[in-house]
Amino acid sequence: MSATDTAARTANPSYSEAFQQGVREEMQSNEGIFIIGTDLIERGGHFAQVKGIAQEFGENRVKDAPISEAAMVAGGMGAAMYGCHPIVDLNFIDFSLGAMDEIINQAAKIRFMFGQPVPLVIRATSGVALGGAHHSNALESLFAHTAGLSLAVPSRPWDVKGLIKTALRTPDPVVFLMHKKLSGVRGEIDPANNLIPFGKANSLRSGKDCAIITYGYTTVTALKAAQELEKSGTDVEVIDLRTLYPLDTDAINAAVQKYGRIVVVDEAPMFASITAEIAATATEHNFKYLKGPIVRLGGVRAPISANPKMSDAAIPSVQGIIDAVNKVMAY
Amino acid sequence: MSQHSKEWLTQTLRQMLVIRTFEETADKLTLRGKVPGGMHNSSGQEAVAVGSMSALAADDVIATTHRSHHHTLAKGFTAKEVMAELFTKATGCSRGRGGSMHLGDFHRGHFGGNGIVGAGVGIGMGAALGIKQLGHKKVSVGFVGDGGMNTGRTWEAINMAVIYKLPYIIVVDNNQYAVETFVDRVTGGKDIAKRAAGFGLPSYTINGQNVLEVHQYVSEARERALKGEGPTFINALTYRYYGHNVGEKGQYRTQDEIADWRQNRDPIDGFSSHLISEGVITADAFEAMKADVTKEIDEAVAFAESSPEPDPASIMVDVDSGLLGVSK
Repeated sequence: MSATDTAARTANPSYSEAFQQGVREEMQSNEGIFIIGTDLIERGGHFAQVKGIAQEFGENRVKDAPISEAAMVAGGMGAAMYGCHPIVDLNFIDFSLGAMDEIINQAAKIRFMFGQPVPLVIRATSGVALGGAHHSNALESLFAHTAGLSLAVPSRPWDVKGLIKTALRTPDPVVFLMHKKLSGVRGEIDPANNLIPFGKANSLRSGKDCAIITYGYTTVTALKAAQELEKSGTDVEVIDLRTLYPLDTDAINAAVQKYGRIVVVDEAPMFASITAEIAATATEHNFKYLKGPIVRLGGVRAPISANPKMSDAAIPSVQGIIDAVNKVMAY
Repeated sequence: MSQHSKEWLTQTLRQMLVIRTFEETADKLTLRGKVPGGMHNSSGQEAVAVGSMSALAADDVIATTHRSHHHTLAKGFTAKEVMAELFTKATGCSRGRGGSMHLGDFHRGHFGGNGIVGAGVGIGMGAALGIKQLGHKKVSVGFVGDGGMNTGRTWEAINMAVIYKLPYIIVVDNNQYAVETFVDRVTGGKDIAKRAAGFGLPSYTINGQNVLEVHQYVSEARERALKGEGPTFINALTYRYYGHNVGEKGQYRTQDEIADWRQNRDPIDGFSSHLISEGVITADAFEAMKADVTKEIDEAVAFAESSPEPDPASIMVDVDSGLLGVSK
C-alpha cells in the first residue's frame, strides 16, 4: 500500500477498518482488552476486521483460537469475570449457535446472579448474503430477547467506530453485529476519540411525509427506496436504530408523532421479530397519532438459499419498501 | 503426612465435618420445604473439595458445578452465607438470586456454581486465561463431575487450556453417577484420565476419598501451573451417599454399594481414625469438634431462617449495569 493510499483510507476507511480503528484506540488505553478468534493474527480475520492489530499490539493481545466457539466464549467470559475486557470474534454469527449456552445462559445472567460485571464483546458478521443457510442467519431477535445482553447493529463506518468504543468501555456483555455486505463500504469516521451512545438512533435522511425505521444493511435498501420515492414526490425519513438493545423508543415515538405513517424494515424473519417489537411499541404509546397501521417488512420465515435469486427473494427489496411506503401514504 | 502441621490437619478434618454436617442438615431442611428448588447433596465427596481447596491460595479462582456446597464451604465461605443462599435469602452469598446451584463471589475467587453440566470448566478456563493475560501469579481450578466428561464443551475448554498453557487445574469430582447413569455405561473408553491425556496434559486418576492424596496432587498441579507449565487433569474417584437431588432414591445402585462406600471408604472416618491413631487429636477432641461444628451449623440455620428475603422490586437491578441505557 502506498503512502497516498494509506492517507486516503484513514480519511475514508471501510466499515472493517473503522472497527480496527476503534479497537486500536481502546487497546491503547486499556491493557485488559484482547481479541480471541480464528485466523486473526496473519489473516486479520475473515473480513479484515482486525488486520494489523496483532502486529501492532503483539500476539498476547490477539489470540488465534481453535474452531471451538463454546471455548472461545467461555474463555472470554471467564477472563472478563477476572478483570479483562475481551473481544470474542466469532466470525459469522451463525457460529454463535455452538456457544449459545455460554452466551445466553451464562454471560447474560452472571451479573444478575452474582452482582459482578462481565465486560465482554462478542463480535460477528451477520445478515443475509451469499453463502447459504449456515452463513446468513439474522439472529437479532434472539439476542435482543435475552435479558443481560446489549446489541449493536451499526450500518456505517462512523457508527462502527463509535459504538465499538462504547462497548469496550461498558462492563456488560455486548453482541456486536456487523453486516457482511457492508464490510467494504467506505465512509467517514470520527477522527476524535468520541463515543456513540447505545440506544440512540440516527436519522440518515430527513423527510416530511413518512419514516422508515430500520438498521444494518437494510438502511442501504431503504435509502435507495427513499431516493426513488422522492422522484414521485414522497419525502421519506430513514431512521437507523444503530442498537437494538437498548432500543431508542424515544426516536420511534417521535417519528410516529411527527408522521403518523411508519414503515419498519429489517431482514430477519418477520415472525416474532424486532419489527414486531417496534410496531407494538409505537402502537401502544402513540396509537392516536397513527393515520393507519404500521407496515412491517422482514425476511421470510425460511432458511436462506444458496441461490442468489432465492436469497434475494427472502428479504425486503427496494421495490417492496417503495410499495410499503405508498401503502402507508394512502391512509 | 509429616509435612503438615497439627493445626493444618485438625483444620482439614474440621472443614470436612462442617461440609458433612451442613449437607445432612440442609438435606432435612430441603425435605421440609426450606430450600426452594431443592439441592444436590455432596455428602461423601468432602475430601475432593477440602483436599483441593487446601492446596490453593485464598485468591486462586474456582468455578464449579450444580453440586458445589462442599467446594464453596471449603473455599472459605461461611456456613451462614451458604445456608442463607440455599434458603434464597438476601443475606446469602449470591443475595438470594442464585440459590443452591449458583453460589459464588468473584472477589473471593469463586466464579460460581453452575446449573449447566460442564459450563464451569469453560468459565474456570477463562479465568485462567484472564490470569495469564494480566500476568498474575495465580491458578484457576475448574470442578466438573463425571457427567461433564461427556459434553463437548468440556474438551473444547481443556484443549484451549493446553494450547495456551494456562495456569489451570481440572478436578473431576467423579462420584460415578450422572444423575442416575453409571459413568461406565456412557463413557467410551471408560478411562477418563486416559481420554484427557490425549489432549496433551498430565492426567491422573486418584483416590478422591483421601484428603491428603487430593491435596498432594492439586498442590503439585498448582506448582506446575505457576511455573508456566500449563494445565493438569485430576480425576478424583469419590461417591455421593444421597440421590442426585434431595429425596431421590432410585434403583440404579444397590444399598450394598452405598453401605460399602460409607463403611469402608468414608473420607471423614478414614481421616479422623488416622489422626487419632497418629496422636494428632484425641477421640475426645474429635467429639468436641463435632459438637462445635453442629453448633456452627445450627447457628447458620437460625441465621438463614431469620434473614429477610430479597425485595421483588429489585428484580431489574443488575440485569445489566444500566450504563448503556435500557429500553422503555
